[in-house]
Amino acid sequence: MIDIVIHVLSAGLLLTGAAFALVGGVGLVRFPDLYTRLHAGGITDTIAPLLIIAGLILQAGVSILTIKLLLILLFLLFTTPTASHATVRAAIAAGIKPQGSEDPTKERASSNT
Amino acid sequence: MRYFIALATVLALLWLGLSGVYKPLILILGAASVALVVWITERMEVLGAEHDPGTLSWRLPVYWTWLIGEIILANLMVARAVINPKRIKPSVIKVPATTRTRVGLVTYGNSITLTPGTITTELTDGSGEIQAHALLDEAVDGLRNGDMLKRVQWLEGPNQ
Repeated sequence: MIDIVIHVLSAGLLLTGAAFALVGGVGLVRFPDLYTRLHAGGITDTIAPLLIIAGLILQAGVSILTIKLLLILLFLLFTTPTASHATVRAAIAAGIKPQGSEDPTKERASSNT
Repeated sequence: MRYFIALATVLALLWLGLSGVYKPLILILGAASVALVVWITERMEVLGAEHDPGTLSWRLPVYWTWLIGEIILANLMVARAVINPKRIKPSVIKVPATTRTRVGLVTYGNSITLTPGTITTELTDGSGEIQAHALLDEAVDGLRNGDMLKRVQWLEGPNQ
């Protein structure tokens, strides 16, 4: 009985994680510019691995594998923001202006591009 | 000396967690690799305040739990915006970032980026400000009310 509950719970987590990853992918295509697209990528970077790894931990049971899975999550959560930040810095250095810029030190981005 | 012990302990725990094979020979090899890494770290002169066990307080798990909650809420907001892209209202804002330590500043910047809907675009040591790109009005409000900054300041602990 408890087995079935764990399997259903784990399947639910895995499927929800996969659904969020898909939504992130759709957002990557739908959003208008580089900066907004990075936000959509953020979904795939954060909640999708959180849910998928939680589901995998339930599948594997509490063992030494749990530590490894949690370490994957930990490293992922530490490195992806750094990668996003580096991408943003590179985009700014390349002179790509974000839509709807409020920053007074920069020129106002022209609307309706 | 304190940093040595802290780094060696963390490395040993990491090795024990990843190995899973606890035979005498393997354990000796593990201890040797920990010793090698600590020695190289010392030679490279990168052993420093970041290895201070004092920064790994009981506050960290509390902060992470809160951050994961924030991440889930922010994800739901951004996912809604993906389904209905008319909701998005991108903007670049500046928010105060007054942290006591540089590690705290980086933690704040990384936490902002980790939360979908906001990305740190500029972070300068000593400027006391962070420039961020926000996707939605809700994300702007969330940054402006400074809740996350207060939590990071709490995470840094009292002045020593």
